[in-house]
Amino acid sequence: MITEFDPRANYEKTKKETGYVCRQEATQQTYDAIGFMSGLEVHQQLLTEKKLFCNCPAGKFHKSDNYDAEVVRHMRPTLSELGGYDGTALMEFRTRKEIIYRLKNETTCTYEVDDTPPFPINRDALNIAIKISLLSKLNIVGEVHITRKQYLDGSIPTGFQRTAIIGVEGEIPLKNKKVRLIQLSIEEDSCREISDIGHTRIYKTDRLGMPLIETVTYPDMVNPDEVKEACEYIRFLNRSTGLVRTGIGAGREDVNVSCKGGTRIEIKGVAHTKWIPELTHVECFRQWALLKVRDKLKKLYPSVSEWSMNHEYLDFDMFDITYEPLKIARDLGHKLIAVNLPGFRSILSHFTQPTKMFANEIAERLKVIACLEHPNMLHTEQFEGVITSVDLEIIAPMLGASDNDAQIILWGPAEDMKTAIETIEERCRMAFEGIPGETRKSFEDGSTIFERVLPGADRMYPDTDSAPIPLTDEEIKILGQDLPNDLIERYQQLKKWGVAESTYTYIFKNNLYPVIESISKNTGIDPKWIGNMIGHKLKWVEGHFEKGSEFNNKVLENMLDYLQKHNYDLRLAFRMLPIVYQYPKMDLDSVLTSLRFKQIKTDEIIEKIHFLDEKFNTVAITNRPKNRVNWIMGQLHGLARGNMSLTELHAIVNQKISHE
Amino acid sequence: MSEDFFQGYKGEALNLLKKYQVRVWGQAEVETTRGNFQGTVLPRSENDDQKHIVMKIVTGYNIGIDTDTITGMKETGYKKANYKIPEKEFPTTKGLPSVKLLGTGGTIASRLDYRTGAVIPAFTPGELYGAVPELADICNLTTDKLFAVFSENMGPDQYKKLAIAIGQEIEKGVDGIVIGHGTDTLSHTAAALTFMVQNSPVPIVLVGSQRSSDRPSSDAALNLMHAMTAAGHGDIAEVMVCMFGPTSDEYGFLHRGTRVRKMHSSYRSTFRTLGDVPLATVTRKGVAPIKKNYNPRRKDRNVTILPYFEEKVAIVYYYPNMMPDIIDSLVDNGYRGIIIAGTGLGHINKPLYPAIERAHAKGVHMFMAVQTMWGYCHMFVYDTGRDLMAKGIIPAANMLPETAYIKLGWVLGQTNDPTEVKRLMLTPVNDEITEREPYNGYLIFQGGVKDVDEFVRKVHK
Ligand SMILES: [Zn+2]
Repeated sequence: MITEFDPRANYEKTKKETGYVCRQEATQQTYDAIGFMSGLEVHQQLLTEKKLFCNCPAGKFHKSDNYDAEVVRHMRPTLSELGGYDGTALMEFRTRKEIIYRLKNETTCTYEVDDTPPFPINRDALNIAIKISLLSKLNIVGEVHITRKQYLDGSIPTGFQRTAIIGVEGEIPLKNKKVRLIQLSIEEDSCREISDIGHTRIYKTDRLGMPLIETVTYPDMVNPDEVKEACEYIRFLNRSTGLVRTGIGAGREDVNVSCKGGTRIEIKGVAHTKWIPELTHVECFRQWALLKVRDKLKKLYPSVSEWSMNHEYLDFDMFDITYEPLKIARDLGHKLIAVNLPGFRSILSHFTQPTKMFANEIAERLKVIACLEHPNMLHTEQFEGVITSVDLEIIAPMLGASDNDAQIILWGPAEDMKTAIETIEERCRMAFEGIPGETRKSFEDGSTIFERVLPGADRMYPDTDSAPIPLTDEEIKILGQDLPNDLIERYQQLKKWGVAESTYTYIFKNNLYPVIESISKNTGIDPKWIGNMIGHKLKWVEGHFEKGSEFNNKVLENMLDYLQKHNYDLRLAFRMLPIVYQYPKMDLDSVLTSLRFKQIKTDEIIEKIHFLDEKFNTVAITNRPKNRVNWIMGQLHGLARGNMSLTELHAIVNQKISHE
Repeated sequence: MSEDFFQGYKGEALNLLKKYQVRVWGQAEVETTRGNFQGTVLPRSENDDQKHIVMKIVTGYNIGIDTDTITGMKETGYKKANYKIPEKEFPTTKGLPSVKLLGTGGTIASRLDYRTGAVIPAFTPGELYGAVPELADICNLTTDKLFAVFSENMGPDQYKKLAIAIGQEIEKGVDGIVIGHGTDTLSHTAAALTFMVQNSPVPIVLVGSQRSSDRPSSDAALNLMHAMTAAGHGDIAEVMVCMFGPTSDEYGFLHRGTRVRKMHSSYRSTFRTLGDVPLATVTRKGVAPIKKNYNPRRKDRNVTILPYFEEKVAIVYYYPNMMPDIIDSLVDNGYRGIIIAGTGLGHINKPLYPAIERAHAKGVHMFMAVQTMWGYCHMFVYDTGRDLMAKGIIPAANMLPETAYIKLGWVLGQTNDPTEVKRLMLTPVNDEITEREPYNGYLIFQGGVKDVDEFVRKVHK
C-alpha cells in the first residue's frame, strides 16, 4: 500500500530549500551566493546582397507552404577522434529523424542542399566582419580558415556549418566593468524550422547560408542585468556600422549560464534582449535546484551504480481510462508502460523553475529524444493527479514499488518505447551527477525546456573544400578607416546619462547626439531629460505632423532655452513642440498664447486650493476625499500646466483639503 | 628516420618556427603586431603559402598567423596527435551471404583527422563495421585492398588486375563482389569490367560516394548498404554501378556498366543510365528490377576473364574548326584506335577528311560515337556521314563515347584484324549497343515548365 503524498507542498518546500527568490527581490548577494556566471554568443546577420558561400540572394523569405521541391536527408554521426561518437551525435541518431527540406528556387541553389561545393567566400560579408572585429578591439587573424562545425539536428543540410574566426581576444566596456571577448567568427545562417513532429522534422532553406557574425564573450557577467547590458552593447556596436540587418530574427543570442558547481548550459536563440535577465535568473536557480536534487539522491544512494529502475508493460484494459490522451493512445494501438523510480518520491515534484518541476525534465527529453509528443507521460507527483490510488494499487505490486519510490506511466508507438525507457533511465542517472550539459530553448516567461544534448568539443574540423584567405595589414588598414569609433563613445555617454535605450536608434540615425550635448551645455538642462524628450516626443511629433521648412535643431534649442530662462515647467515643451515643429518662425510667446498658457506663480495657484475646497462642498454629490482631490485638480489643471508639476500640485492638494 | 617537426612548412614560416623552437603539435603563445594568439601549431598544407603559421585555438577553430606580424613565439607544451579508426571485429552471421569488398583507393568510408583535415580511409571489415555497423545485418564481409590510387589514376593496369581478382573471388565461392571506387572514372571502370569479366554468376557492384563519409550527410553509408544488398541478396549477376537515385536519402539505382555516366560534377544523384532505363532500384530491403531482361544469379562458377587492353587508343571530341593536325599527331604518335565524338548524328567537317584518309591508310581503327550522348549515330542520313564511312570511320550505333573508348582498347588488346575489330566492336557484350531506345530512355525535364515544376514539387528529387 502506497501512502498519500502532497506534491504541491513538496514543490513549495523544495523551492524554499533552493532559496529561490524572484528577480525583483534578488540582489548581487543572491547571485554571489549561488555563483551566477554567464557569457554570451551574439549572432548578427550582415547586410549583404548575396549569401556567404553561394550567389543566392540574402534576406528573401518565404511562407512555409510556398516551396518548389523537397529533399530528404538523414544525419549520421561521424566518428570522433577517439573513435567514439559525440553525445549530441548519438542523441540525434537515436531519435531517427527524417529531415525534409523545403526549397524555393528563388533562394536555394545546389549549394544549400549540399550538392555543390562552396563558392569563394562573399567578400562584402568578410569585410563587414573585419570592421566589426576592429570595433570590438579584437586581434585580427593573419589568415581566415574556413572550419566545419557539426550540427546533426538537420538545421544545415551538410550536417555542418561553415564558419571562420576573424578575430580573438577583444573587450567591450560596460558601465562598471570591461567584458572580455573570446572571439568573433563569420558563419552561414541555418535553416528555419517549420515543424518537428514525431519522426519528421521540416525545415525551409531561405535563411540558410546568409552571412552572420557571432561575437562570443567570456563568462564575465555576474548578474542578469549585466548580461543584458553586454548584449545591448554588442548589438548596438554591430548596428552602429549600418552594415547589418535589422528586424525580427536578424539578431539572436545564445546565453550561457552556470551556477557554482554547475554546468555550462546554453540557452539558444533568445529573440529579445529584454528576455535575458529573467531567463538567466531562472536558469541559474534551476541548476542550483538540480544540485539539491543530486545531494538528496546521493544520500539515498551514495553511488549511482546502486540505483536501478524497472518497468512493466501494462494493458489498457487493466484501468478505467478517462484521460483523453490515453484513450487516443489505446485506439492507436500504442504501448503503455509503467516505470518505477526507486527513491524518487519527492524528487519528481522537486522545484526546478517557477513553472516547472523535475518531472518536466524527463517529459521534455521523451519528446526530443524518443519523439513522443506531449503529453507523453503521467506520474505520481502531478499537482492534478491523473493516476488514482486505485490505479496505483494495480501498478505498485507489479513494479514492486515502495513508499520511497515514484512512478511514471508513459505511452507511445511500440518502436519508440526502447528509446523512451533508455531516455528516462539516462535522465534519472544524470540526476545523481548534477546537471546534464544541454542546450535549452527559451520562452518569454523566463522558463526554458530541453532542446539538445550539449555538443562536445570534437565537432570542429577544417573545411577541405575551401582555401585559407590571407588578410594583409594594408587591407585591414583600409577597412579600419571611417569606423564609427566616436559612436561607441557617444553610446557610452548616453548610457551614463541614463537616456532610455529605446531612443538610441532614433538619436543616432538622425545625428541628434550633438544636439543633446549642446543644449545641455548651453542651457544646463539634464541631458537625460533632453535625450528622452528628443527620442520619444520629437520622434512622435515627426511621425504625426508636417515639418515646417525652417525647423531645425537650433529652433529646438531656442525653445528649451526659452522655457529654462522663463523658469517655466520644462514639460511645457511637450505641448509646444507640435506647434513649433509646424510653425518654427512663430515667436514662442505666441506659441504659449495659442496654448492658452498664462504664467502664474506657484503660490497663486496654491492659494486657490482653499477656495475650491469649500466650493466642492456645494457642488459635491459624494464626499469622498478622492473625488474632492480630483475635482480640485480638474479646476486647477489648465492654470498649473506649464507653471508647476502636476504631481507636485496633486500632493499639495491632498495635503490641504479638509479631511473631515 | 628523423622526425619531421615542421610538417609542410617552408620559407619564412619554417625559419620562424626553427628560430623560436616551436614544433608542429606544440602549444604556442605567439606575439604579433596584431596582438597575442594562443593555440596548437598544426601542419601546413603543401599547397598553401609560406607566409602563415596555422594554429588550432582553444575553441576548436583554426586560424593562420601572418609571419610578417610575428614578433615572438614560445612553445609551452607539446602533444602529438595520432589517430586511427578503431577496429571492431566484423560479426559473422550464419545464413547471410558472403560479400567481398575490393578496394581501389577511393574513400567510400573514412573519417577525418579533426586537427589536420586529412581523410583517414576506413577499409578493413573492422573499420567499416565501426563506421557503418548496419553492414553486419546485410552480409558477411571480407575485404581486399588491391591498390590505392585516386579515381583519375585508374587505368588499364588496374582494370586487368581487378578483372583477375574478381575471377579468383568468384572461383572461391563468394556470393557477390563490391568494388569501392572514386566516382570520377567509376563508369569507365564499370565498362572495362563488363568486357573483361563476362558471364559472371554473381553480382559485381561498383560503388562510390559523392560526399565523403566524414560528413554527417554523406551518401557513403547508404551507398555501401545498397551495394552490399545488391551484391549479397540481388538476383542481377552483372557489372553494375550502385549510386543514389535522387539526391534525397531514399533509394539507389543499379546501372548497367556500359550505359552509365556521371552527369553532374557534384550532385549525389550524378550517375544516370543513358539511352535506356536503369536496371533496378535498391533499398536496404532489397533489389527491385526495372528491366525484365538481365543475367540472373547462378550457382555455378563459370566466369570468363578477358584481361586485355591496348593503351594507344584516344577519344577525339570534335568541335567546329578542328584542324587536321589533331588527328595527324595521334597517328604520328602511334595511336591504333580513335573514337570520334561527332556532332549531331555523327559528323565532322571536311577539312579533316585528308587526315582521316591518312589515318585509315596507316591502319588506325576509327569509330564514330555521338557527343549528344543520347541517340544513335546515323551516318547514312547526310552526305557527310556517307563520305566519312567511305573514308574508313565505322558508326558505333548508340555506344556512349567513353564506353566506346574502353571497348576499343579492350578489342585492340586482342586483335588488329579490321574485320574482327569491327565485329567485336559492334557485337554488344551487355547493351553497350542496344537495338531499341525506349521512349523513356531519354527524359531530360526542363525546369520552369508548369507541369514539370508541379512534378518536382511532389516527387522528392
Ligand atoms: Zn545558393
